[in-house]
Amino acid sequence: MDFATLLQMLDATVRLATPLLLACLAGLYSERAGIFDIGLEGKMLAAAFLSAAIAAVSGSVWLGLLAGIGASIILSIVHGLASITFRGNQLISGVAINFLAAGLTVVIAQSWFRQGGRTPQLTGDARFNPIELPFAEALRDVPVFGSIYYELISGHTILVYIAILMVPLTWWILFRTRFGLRLRAVGENPAAVDTAGVSVVFLRYSAVAICGILCGIAGAYLATALQAGFVKDMSAGRGFIALAALIFAKWRPWYALYACLLFGFLQAMSLRSDVIEGVLGFQVNGQLLDVLPYILTVVILAGFVGKAIPPRAGGEPYVKER
Amino acid sequence: MPKWADVVLIPLISILLAAILSALVILAIGENPWEALKLMVSGALGSTYGWGYTLYYTTNFIFTGLAVAIAFHARMFNIGGEGQALLGGLGVAVVCLFIPWPHWTLALLGCIIGAALFGAAWAAIPAFLQAKRGSHIVITTIMFNFIAAALLNYFLIGALKVPGSMEPASAKFPEATHLPSFQDMFSFGEATLFRGAPANVTFFVALAACVGLWALIWRTRLGYEIRAFGHSESAAKYAGISPTKIIMVSMLISGGLAGMMAINNVQGEAERLVLNAVEGAGFIGIAVALMGRSHPFGVFLAALLFGFLYQGGAELALWTSIPRELIIVIQALVILFTGALDNMVRMPLERLFLSMRRAKQ
Repeated sequence: MDFATLLQMLDATVRLATPLLLACLAGLYSERAGIFDIGLEGKMLAAAFLSAAIAAVSGSVWLGLLAGIGASIILSIVHGLASITFRGNQLISGVAINFLAAGLTVVIAQSWFRQGGRTPQLTGDARFNPIELPFAEALRDVPVFGSIYYELISGHTILVYIAILMVPLTWWILFRTRFGLRLRAVGENPAAVDTAGVSVVFLRYSAVAICGILCGIAGAYLATALQAGFVKDMSAGRGFIALAALIFAKWRPWYALYACLLFGFLQAMSLRSDVIEGVLGFQVNGQLLDVLPYILTVVILAGFVGKAIPPRAGGEPYVKER
Repeated sequence: MPKWADVVLIPLISILLAAILSALVILAIGENPWEALKLMVSGALGSTYGWGYTLYYTTNFIFTGLAVAIAFHARMFNIGGEGQALLGGLGVAVVCLFIPWPHWTLALLGCIIGAALFGAAWAAIPAFLQAKRGSHIVITTIMFNFIAAALLNYFLIGALKVPGSMEPASAKFPEATHLPSFQDMFSFGEATLFRGAPANVTFFVALAACVGLWALIWRTRLGYEIRAFGHSESAAKYAGISPTKIIMVSMLISGGLAGMMAINNVQGEAERLVLNAVEGAGFIGIAVALMGRSHPFGVFLAALLFGFLYQGGAELALWTSIPRELIIVIQALVILFTGALDNMVRMPLERLFLSMRRAKQ
């Protein structure tokens, strides 16, 4: 494998890791606050559809992004109602949200566009286009650094940079602000937070809302940046890979970045089986690469390689004592 | 609150809410919900052909619903029915293709064992990890669904594929393993009933499984232990019930039941193993178990309702512009209202019954 192919692979890794990273950070906020969320997949899918639909109709990708975030937040509120207000089972609510999104997106897409459950192809301003960072063209001919800067760092859509900036921001919010401290506390011991006079319900709803916003961006990225339009089931299990990455990262922001890059790299590899064969000298089964994130997560969960311990109050509805 | 309200009234109100919302969705996409319902009823229940499809889907959902239900009794959420049913299909294929069966009755027995073993084996690893390592069973079973899909893919484009064929599917099963369909069983002389419909003898196996599971849960020592464990783990431990044993046994039964769905769809209908044979039935089991309140009879009724919805939905997609995915929306609403938003219906009802009792005194 030469240097240019390596850069191409890494470039694809960044593009494929972005939706995983956004969804993973979304899950991080929610689960750190004690709300399990297996509905990441559904929220991404709903956002992907509505962002593509609105972008196609209005011609503006920014309106599309807003609509996508809106769709995702609505599902988040449903999840919040079920798991915070009505103290229902958070896992069952997540399953319901996944199916709600999988069904509604196709039913509405068919009713609006009559194209077999897809949206029209997005072009021009209805899509997020790559942005060239300053001096990329000028530095292009500088050996090694120039091509890394030009190929790998420059030339992504704005959402990719937002996603990566979200990592230090999330770290700062969670570990350096009062809100973050309370958010983490409410996931470990809500009774203590309640005793201190802080509203458990408010904190959990804000965490769920942040989760909705990030899932919305992730979904919009899928339909308006990675691809040009919505197709049925386009999230293709990414919400669950993000969930896997979250466990892999043991609910920490920087590790989430590494886990998502690793899983993005695995996805990029399964697209380029010719490259793997060239490097390793033998063929690697494509299916194996596809399921490697899941297998790795099971191994991590089993605790054979470093134990992953979830937030202690995760999945438990909080009942205020009277 | 009286028991009948808990068992009958709350599920009914939940279904009603789901139905109203579904009707609104149909209205919103410019179709008439009443016409749609009439079309669904006539398509699914108006002929023996329709019934043949409805009961075929019902059979699938009974197995996956029972699988989720038994896990619920031990307070576990087995979301991996999909993967376990896929593996059950692999078990059926292996049994049918590599053993020369003299008669379908023996083949059916063999397939029940094969399907249940493969399904149970696929549930065994997450169960073991939950019991011994404390890994959350929901996450591991989700992961195992994806791994199962990839595994099936691997076999169907590899070892099980017909040489020379481009299609990722196994060879047709031999004649002797074909199960009698309802058409073979219930056609007398001139009258041909259930013509061409896939419902087959497996339906009666599913009914037997309902009765068997009921007896297991409420009439045996093991069932008592499972329920005790589900109600309170610490109390069960104190009474000398081993959590490891209960988690393992109930998940093995659950996986076995999910796997047995393959007798219906793989041996009974397709008569070969194809890609994605389960088609989401494993997930519908969640809705069925929630609606049926984890009771085998409730599961049977809920499975019948979903069988009707599935066949009716297919008819809708055929005759109107309402896509088949509408059924997924209905399924999601049922899961949401009967599972997650249960308290939304329960809390006001409890208040109502309480005030009624006060008024009486």
